Amino acid sequence: MWPKHLLALEELEAGDIRQILDTADAMRQVFERPVKKFPTLRGRVVVNLFYEPSTRTRTSFELAAKALSADVVNVAVAQSSVVKGESLVDTARTFESLGADYVVIRHASAGVPHLLARTIRARVVNAGDGAHEHPTQGLLDLYTIRRRKGRVEGLNVLILGDVLHSRVARSDIWGLRKLGASVGVAGPATLLPVGLEALGVRRFHRLDEALEWADVVNVLRIQRERMQRGYLPSLREYRLRWGLTEQRLRRLREGVLIMHPGPANVGVEIDEAVLTDARSAVSEQVTNGVAVRMAVLYLMAGREREDGEAP
Amino acid sequence: MLIRGGRVIDPASGTDGELDVLVEDGRIRRLAALIREGADQVVDARGAWVLPGAIDIHVHLREPGQEHKERIETGTRAAAAGGITAVACMPNTTPAIDSAPMVSHVQQVARQRGAVRVYVIGALTKGRQGHELAEMGEMAEAGAVAFSDDGDTVMDAALMRSALLYASQLGRPVVAHCLDASLARGGVMREGPVATRLGLPGIPAEAETVIVARDVALARATGARLHLAHLSTAESVRIVAQARAEGVPVTAEVTPHHLFLTDEALSGYDPAAKVNPPLGSEEDRQALRRALAEGVIDAVASDHAPHAPEEKAAELDQAPFGAVGLETMLALVLGHLVREGVLTPMQAVAAVSLRPAQVLGLPGGRLAEGEVADITLFDPGAAWVVEPDRLHSMGRNTPFAGWRLVGRPVATMVGGRLVMRDGQLLGE
Repeated sequence: MWPKHLLALEELEAGDIRQILDTADAMRQVFERPVKKFPTLRGRVVVNLFYEPSTRTRTSFELAAKALSADVVNVAVAQSSVVKGESLVDTARTFESLGADYVVIRHASAGVPHLLARTIRARVVNAGDGAHEHPTQGLLDLYTIRRRKGRVEGLNVLILGDVLHSRVARSDIWGLRKLGASVGVAGPATLLPVGLEALGVRRFHRLDEALEWADVVNVLRIQRERMQRGYLPSLREYRLRWGLTEQRLRRLREGVLIMHPGPANVGVEIDEAVLTDARSAVSEQVTNGVAVRMAVLYLMAGREREDGEAP
Repeated sequence: MLIRGGRVIDPASGTDGELDVLVEDGRIRRLAALIREGADQVVDARGAWVLPGAIDIHVHLREPGQEHKERIETGTRAAAAGGITAVACMPNTTPAIDSAPMVSHVQQVARQRGAVRVYVIGALTKGRQGHELAEMGEMAEAGAVAFSDDGDTVMDAALMRSALLYASQLGRPVVAHCLDASLARGGVMREGPVATRLGLPGIPAEAETVIVARDVALARATGARLHLAHLSTAESVRIVAQARAEGVPVTAEVTPHHLFLTDEALSGYDPAAKVNPPLGSEEDRQALRRALAEGVIDAVASDHAPHAPEEKAAELDQAPFGAVGLETMLALVLGHLVREGVLTPMQAVAAVSLRPAQVLGLPGGRLAEGEVADITLFDPGAAWVVEPDRLHSMGRNTPFAGWRLVGRPVATMVGGRLVMRDGQLLGE
């Protein structure tokens, strides 16, 4: 049975993931119809509870929920109200009392979606928790790879950059491994977490070797504050050693697929010319994000009907 | 009072046999087989172990200043329920216990409302700020049994060296919480495959071991008595084993949670498993068990660290570190470590009574004629389930919630007076 919450790709079976990707295919066709709506979530309230600013993911969830006819409430919780002392659990309970059926949660702390799922009755969708997971981003990456390459199984997928702080990397690793891809990581040793091998991941210490190996390159965003904690000497040196630059683009194989979860630091981890290259799927990733999030909400609504909670 | 028919285990004398214990005027008057003298009260101890009152040398009673987490009254009631007759309480209260009047205050409250004996550990530095030595001489005169900035590490090595020298002259040990602040900063759990999977900021094992190595070097140089709190890494154990073999005056303790749990306990983001130092790997856990059996680690101490439920029900990186442990320690050490073959009954009893008394130079820890009658009765066959809501501590934050434990304290006697019998606390 489809799980009640979507907290992490670690918790999904390969069959569940394939079902989401197949459903996303059906959802994409909705956009080609004159009326771009399903009645699936009519009368249901979806709360986007975002403790971190994120225009992209929040908008994507909003469009997905509205395309399924849900009533959508967007809540951006400023850090100031955290300082005021209202606890996360209190806030979530408040929205539940206001009728939230689904809570889409984005938070800087790993484990917050699990905490909500333990605490409230509403269904919880993880929209990114700390450096843990960002399961819908992982799903849209899988979906994009499958559309562009025709398959996921058997591909070599390189995740390049700040894996230590990346929730996207972790969701990608789980999803890709479950669907039979090989996963490699490359980046400065300070930004590659220990114990990745336990997740079945290969570690590259030279970028050229990694790029020769890869069928797909997923470039991660570098945060500027990484220099302050001593992870990196400078963004300039990062670009020289690990950036997907125009020069390196020329050495990539013809069929390589380039992805980036966005927003990109152009000129640091990736060059403008790489983003706009024919091998880049970056803008398609954004479109696919809505279809994948519709698929997730659609399948969760199906589970809700099985549970007998539908109105 | 006559304690009849129990299995008396006393590590100091090596006694292990069925003996009766006659208690009069707060002291053990006779210890012999089949005592026939009359007594006003007889405690039937058949099937139970009779051991020197258990001593927990690492407890946070939270009073003064954090009474929403625990009070001296509730913490000592938890101790009594857990079969523990004496606790040493840590000075990280608000304000810190860093002066003689503060030491006296805690002792006074404990005398009035404490269910068991309370020994006070004074702060090593003023306000536990790690900048200036606290008035250890006056605190020692007021009764402080040791000094520690527990909860924080004195990061200034020169100040730590001074503290060791100063405490040494007072005849008091320094209890070191070993965790390098720069390596541990921002960390929530032990760095490793589990932290990587959970996306939680990691604290590397060497955050502990670099400070253990530093403090052992300082103890070696100064000759001062150093006690290492709650060791958690295999590498720390190796450093301590070598230092002891070479005669450095260092002792060490380990918590039950580091003996029974690993970083896997954080899977599912259980805030009760967020402890400081963090839970380690399986290799660490096995090394700690071996070290305890071999005597490299002297004692088991709970590091009882209660927090209010709403404080723990926060984002995991915001939730405070710590787990309660007074009410589960004896079941885990005397029950499970013995049944798993890690310790003999004699070793297990020593680790919670004689050895902790020796580590901090406390009275007690022995069963002999003339000794004060602090006695614990433990039923090694009694099975029970850990239910947080039924704990006597105000804290509910046990990482053993739902565990079925075998072995349970059935009576706690302090100075000849029963304070707990069959799980019921007995008032004045």
